[in-house]
Amino acid sequence: MTILLAKNNIKEEIEMRNAYCQTLIELAKKNDQIVVLDADLMSSMGMIPFLEAFPERTFNCGVQEANMIGIAAGLSATGKIPYAHTFGPFATRRCYDQVFLSGAYTKSNIRIIGSDPGVTAAYNGGTHMPFEDMGIMRNIPEMTVLEPTDSIMLIDIIKQLAKLYGMFYIRLLRSNAVKIYKEGTTFKIGKAVKLKKGKDVTIIANGIMVAEALHSAHMLEEKGISTRVLDMITLKPIDKEEIIACAKETGAIVTVENHNMINGLGSAVAEVLAENIPTPMERVGVKDLFGEVGPADYLKERFELTANDIVRKVEKILKRR
Amino acid sequence: MLNQKELNQLEKFTTEIRLETLKEIKNLGFGHIGGAMSIVETLAVLYGKVMKIKPKEPQWEDRDWLVVSKGHAGPAVYATLALKGYFSMEELMTLNKPKTNLPSHCDRNKTIGIDMTTGSLGQGMSTAIGIALGNRLDRRDSYTYLIIGDGECDEGQVWEGALFAHHHKLDHLITFIDANKKQLDGYTKDINDLGDIAQKFTSFGWYAQDVNGADVAKIYEAIEKVKEVKGQPSVIILDTIKGQGIKFVEETMANHHMRFSAADHKAAEQCIIELENRLKEYQVLKQIKN
Repeated sequence: MTILLAKNNIKEEIEMRNAYCQTLIELAKKNDQIVVLDADLMSSMGMIPFLEAFPERTFNCGVQEANMIGIAAGLSATGKIPYAHTFGPFATRRCYDQVFLSGAYTKSNIRIIGSDPGVTAAYNGGTHMPFEDMGIMRNIPEMTVLEPTDSIMLIDIIKQLAKLYGMFYIRLLRSNAVKIYKEGTTFKIGKAVKLKKGKDVTIIANGIMVAEALHSAHMLEEKGISTRVLDMITLKPIDKEEIIACAKETGAIVTVENHNMINGLGSAVAEVLAENIPTPMERVGVKDLFGEVGPADYLKERFELTANDIVRKVEKILKRR
Repeated sequence: MLNQKELNQLEKFTTEIRLETLKEIKNLGFGHIGGAMSIVETLAVLYGKVMKIKPKEPQWEDRDWLVVSKGHAGPAVYATLALKGYFSMEELMTLNKPKTNLPSHCDRNKTIGIDMTTGSLGQGMSTAIGIALGNRLDRRDSYTYLIIGDGECDEGQVWEGALFAHHHKLDHLITFIDANKKQLDGYTKDINDLGDIAQKFTSFGWYAQDVNGADVAKIYEAIEKVKEVKGQPSVIILDTIKGQGIKFVEETMANHHMRFSAADHKAAEQCIIELENRLKEYQVLKQIKN
């Protein structure tokens, strides 16, 4: 793991989906076992270049999420390495039994890509807005659940996954992420990244909320609160050691997620703290609500997922301590 | 066409599978006997004659694959695999006991020779398609055989797969529908009438045949015919009886899963004697010929 942080946290030039597609093309040139599946969202996912490069190894299943996951499991049984994509809600709740049984229970080797996490489903609205996807995938034994933060992490993780065996759920923003890391950074699945030092409180975030967490940490520093920030790349397996260390060293934890608080990052961190080192904790996340339609920035306000909301929770926890 | 010797061999194998399946379930005292018995002839044809397999090398890359999507027929599949030498005959008596390798539903991580885990109905259709696609990508000539229950055809996933397999011209996917006319809660016609199954698959672009599922010669011929069909998937609809070949099970209405009463145990004992006697007849037949 080599961590190089970007100087400015600004929007990246490359879209996450393009970084994904280019990386897969690069990998597929070297590894003829890699196959791609989609459920009629290849254009949305920017995967047409892959289809053009490897038509024989691309299976657009049409609007058949359950069938797609089952086919991926069958392909895996013959030694193929399937990458299957659809929108997050359809990659998880729509085909949960297929992921669980045909995929995980059979000990298959599948990477499931669920795009448009939480509020980034924006104008597709509540029907397409997954606040539960990571939680329900976390519930499947032996499933690895992760959410790349920016394109640098995404590319590194996708390359690593090509060499691993197992079931993986990758929650993926399709559009431009906020740049957190510099080129040359390498990550370790299951290990959190410390983005900022601090001794009064630790903010643990994932996905698009990492940028919000960093922003809030700077606001808190101005108020004299020394704030540590962790990027929890992997929801499962969660980096227990780092959580315990942060609890010991800062004595207060705030989790931040673009996901239902139930069974997401907040729950996972709370489980570690409760069993190992009970520590004051607050959660920023969706309060057991359904999604709604609107621009992502509006939805962040609506669901109280902004830097200001994080600041409020930190101030609250410091009073509790 | 099968010659008389081959026919006798398959009929004998059928009897052996039926006998061992009954012994497994009787030993346990309960099990999914109805749907296990209705595919015995098909299993005999597949493992006795058709499938390219190496029981001592179960993961042989160029083998033919079988996905028993109606995973509750496990006991019949286990009997077949044991008789073929994938594992010992003694292991059959461990069915569903703690730490067994032979659970109610087929599990590829537990049982040697099981190609795919099944149990949640409908899912074998998709995994079989994936296997067929994978083998085609690797330019293997392997066939993927798939057995689906008629009640299982209630599942939408079966029809998702039917659409997909036709679109992708999966001519090395050979599907059997075990049309035993019953599902757990009763007759399929009373629950979700399937109508003409062959016609439904035909309308999805499949090559479909209706076959007597108790006739090994007819099942074999249907498979041979299918292998001539290029560019489309095939389905063989097996006209079977739930509990096939075991009179007291056939005569029990609720025979999807049976818990044997004292009378059932007695009837099963009688069936075992009859099946064993039939096997002795094959033995005598063989000796006369020799």
